[in-house]
Amino acid sequence: MSRARADEEEYWHSSKFRAFTFDDEDDELSQLKESKRAVNSLRDIVDDDDDDLEKVSWSGEPVGSISWSIKETASSSSSSLEGRDTSLQKGSSSYAALPKQVSSYSLSSLFKAFSDTGVKNYAPELRRPRAEYKDYSNDWSPRDTVRRMQRGKVCSLERFRSLQDKMVLLDEAVAGHDGNVITAVLIFLKRTLRREVLFRELEVRQVALCHLIHFLKETGEQKLLLDLLRFLDRTEEVALSQYREHLNIQDVEKKREFLKGCIGLPFSAEDISHIQDHYTLLERQIIIETNDRHLAMAGQSEIFRKYPRKASILNMPLVTTLFYSCFYHYTEAEGTFSSPTNLKKTFKIPDKQYVLTALAARAKLRAWEDVDALLTTKNWLGYTKKKAPIGFHRVVEILQRNNAPVQVLQEYVRLVEDVETRLNLATKYKCHDVVIDTYRDLKDRIQLMAYKCKVERGSAEEEKINSLLSNMQIRWKN
Amino acid sequence: MASTARRDAPEPPDFGILKRLARDQLIYLLEQLPGRKDLFIEPDLMSPLDRIANVSVLKHEVDKLYRVENRPAPSTSDQLCFLVRPRVRTMRYIADIVNADKMSGRSRKYKIIFSPQKFYACEMVLEEEGVFGDVTCDEWSFYLLPLDEDIISMELPEFFRDYFLEGDHRWINSVARALQLLNSLYGPFSRVYGIGRCAKMSYELWRDLEEESENDGQGRKPEIGNIFLMDRDMDYVTALCSQVVYEGLVDDTFRIKCGSVDFGPEVTSSDKSIKVLLNAQDKIFSQIRNEHFSSVFGFLSQKSRNLQAQYDRRQGMDIKQMKNFVSQELKGLKQEHRLLSLHIGACESIMKKKTKQDFQEMIKVEHALLEGFDIRESTSFIEEHIDRQVSPIESLRLMCLLSITENGLIPKDYRSLKTQYLQSYGPEHLLTFHNLKRIGLLTEQAAGETLTAVESRVSKLVTDRAAGKITDAFNSLAKKSNFRAISKKLSLIPRVDGEYNLKMPPDMAYVFSGAYTPLSCKIVEQVLERRGWQGLEEVVRLLNGNEFAMADGAPEDGAGGDAQRVVVAVFLGGCTFSEIAALRFLGKERGCRFIFLTTAITSSARMMEAMAEAKA
Repeated sequence: MSRARADEEEYWHSSKFRAFTFDDEDDELSQLKESKRAVNSLRDIVDDDDDDLEKVSWSGEPVGSISWSIKETASSSSSSLEGRDTSLQKGSSSYAALPKQVSSYSLSSLFKAFSDTGVKNYAPELRRPRAEYKDYSNDWSPRDTVRRMQRGKVCSLERFRSLQDKMVLLDEAVAGHDGNVITAVLIFLKRTLRREVLFRELEVRQVALCHLIHFLKETGEQKLLLDLLRFLDRTEEVALSQYREHLNIQDVEKKREFLKGCIGLPFSAEDISHIQDHYTLLERQIIIETNDRHLAMAGQSEIFRKYPRKASILNMPLVTTLFYSCFYHYTEAEGTFSSPTNLKKTFKIPDKQYVLTALAARAKLRAWEDVDALLTTKNWLGYTKKKAPIGFHRVVEILQRNNAPVQVLQEYVRLVEDVETRLNLATKYKCHDVVIDTYRDLKDRIQLMAYKCKVERGSAEEEKINSLLSNMQIRWKN
Repeated sequence: MASTARRDAPEPPDFGILKRLARDQLIYLLEQLPGRKDLFIEPDLMSPLDRIANVSVLKHEVDKLYRVENRPAPSTSDQLCFLVRPRVRTMRYIADIVNADKMSGRSRKYKIIFSPQKFYACEMVLEEEGVFGDVTCDEWSFYLLPLDEDIISMELPEFFRDYFLEGDHRWINSVARALQLLNSLYGPFSRVYGIGRCAKMSYELWRDLEEESENDGQGRKPEIGNIFLMDRDMDYVTALCSQVVYEGLVDDTFRIKCGSVDFGPEVTSSDKSIKVLLNAQDKIFSQIRNEHFSSVFGFLSQKSRNLQAQYDRRQGMDIKQMKNFVSQELKGLKQEHRLLSLHIGACESIMKKKTKQDFQEMIKVEHALLEGFDIRESTSFIEEHIDRQVSPIESLRLMCLLSITENGLIPKDYRSLKTQYLQSYGPEHLLTFHNLKRIGLLTEQAAGETLTAVESRVSKLVTDRAAGKITDAFNSLAKKSNFRAISKKLSLIPRVDGEYNLKMPPDMAYVFSGAYTPLSCKIVEQVLERRGWQGLEEVVRLLNGNEFAMADGAPEDGAGGDAQRVVVAVFLGGCTFSEIAALRFLGKERGCRFIFLTTAITSSARMMEAMAEAKA
């Protein structure tokens, strides 16, 4: 038992690229000796490891691709040195051509045994530095320690006790480029140094510092992380890192409370308003959600009956909340929390964004008169004018997506400024009047004539085209 | 060998052995826990595992298969084996299982197999949780997964975030080992080029490993002669552009995962999804994968007509001919037919989606950004994109493209776009913006500073940087992209008279409709042509240095044989299908073969997603 245990220890301590390696001790031997030993060790394993023999039973006959390749490894290794080069040149293409070898050994034992030599052809193997064999007393130099660790070996760091030794070790680790080792050294330093001392040293070691920060993030040592960031005067990161925790809070009430606490954190001036908004938004959503759930349950409100809510509004973005409010609470007075105008004011939503969202919501409800009102402005003389901060082609697109009738659609298609886009949209959505009028304005007789075949025979549109074509007043350009 | 004559590119080496090595080692490791056992597999490892071993192979060793997830394990086996990535989160999951067993007095054997390697931090967690010693650990050195005849992936998408955002060097060792493995199987590489900090470190660590291992590669005939390492942050622009070659579009639209794609009902025109392997073996796909999307339709319809004609030959056959036809050709034709209809379906679906997204307009904006005109209009296009709540990822991508091409947004735009973004997609994206700023993908121009002032400050600070003492503030400055200057220097925007010929493209720019030559690929081309960095000093300076070129005993031209015309292009932090297509094109032109070794296949969407903060 203890021997097996030791073997196992030894095995995985040394396992890196040498995962195939069975026995570590014959490194000293020449290649030839190795192969010889490998063959001999085969017998050992078969003799003293009964489990391995049983294991072969899963496959019964060692057939199939896995055993195949294992046998390939076997044949190449047993042919020792001379065989190595040839098998290599043959490469993998020669695999299939290899003769089937009858074997009664367990697959795993074959694997173990041949790994020392055979696999070398295919997987690179690390030659350990000579220094490694002479002494196991943990007398490694910092550099050797780092190298050993890079190779996945266990290495005690306890002997690095003076601060100077520790820092030399850390600098070696950084110079070795292996982040895994850098982190390992940091874990050791974190355990053996007072945090202020460690922080101070890391301040001038940026690469190591990044590793510690990442490590603390991953292990969730939030308190230490915040202390470190504070020590470094990275106040904004302190704030963001704390704010980040809200992602893990499920309960909305708790989340709201948490966000409230975030407002006082040292965010940048710009971000502080975003945090404030986040808090206000969630607060608003909680109020709206409570009310609307009631309304919907009571079944008194027509809109909720006609269009049942699909999901709760909690934790949704502002624009989604605005859409929701335009959908369910459009007519409410500005005084209520759920009214669109109130949202617009509270969060300083730009006009463009507001119109776009309200339009989409009202169009979805097919409330065309609301759409009309939304896009109508009065000037100081009392004249009304259609205005869209988003461009009328977008208006048309939204209306069309909500299956607006042609009468509604064409009113806005007409307002598309770019003639080409207008013609395209008008043709696409069969707003004949707009097409006809546009060609008239362009004085394009040919196109108008061509369009005649696209309208219904005997329709008002056809009549209109005919009357235009016979109108002597118009000076056609063609 | 006359070097002027256009030569055919050499065939890629056979990478099948990489799969076999990985599979054999896995089986061996599983056998180390003899007897019946249940295997828990990390979800991220499922697809790679699928590509090297099928379930029946595992079934020999394993009773039941489970996914590692955040739920208690229902397993009743006495032996549990975990096949995982080295992650703290996963260690806690395993520790919870072990501790729960201990509490209930149950004794089982546990084994953790880390792929591709174990991290000390993982062992620390096991120790802290009090289960160190209760579990045994192993490493499955599965570094390289061949996805196709010329693509090898390390399947480490987290590399990008870990290194470029967090500054963690944990994967550099894995990269070095991957290089060592490749070198030992297909090398020795005689020429090594690279650019980027990570590239340099990986190279140095790899050299270190090689020195220790005895050099038994000497005298062997190499199959690969050159290798080129590049950091993703040398060129973010290319990765941020909408892809328009077929394979790139398929990836952007359906997400190719580990070389295969799930075509949904909208593609298969049936009610079920089909999983399709996309590689050189697919006869249809292999002919269209690198093509500009506009040429794909023509090709597919031509193919359909040919196919129809071949089917039609049946008419007028006598019995014997018919028998021949059925036994010899029909199967192939049917297979071709199946593939054709799938790719036609995919094209239709792509078209439908892209039309809905104003793709045309978006491409126009991208091209304007690349060339640096109409910045105001592009900015308002992005703004509208955000306001309309169109895909959050796309909005972010466009903002990053604007930022990188313009060396940062002007403060007013930055604030207003950020505010609108948070309003449209959720306030928690504040964290995403912070990350994007740190990594240098979306930054704000320092107010009141002229560009030259910034630059002089950069050069002043570069010396400090060498000492490894840089401040965070500088960090973002250092990542100034200088795209405009680089683009000019390397003429990345082709000047063409008349229409760019997408069917017979004159250069690599075809992968972006002739509007832009991918910077990463241009660098590779230039360096290979010059056999080093001579004459590229200015570009290197603008890219922030860290270039290197080594030639140990490289044979002179012609002497090295085919191997000298095989180049491994290593992308640290991910590589896109557009870049792959561009270099394949270059290879064809120059008679050389590119092999792609990437930490993972990436795309703009994957990069953006990697910047978001998720729940713990």
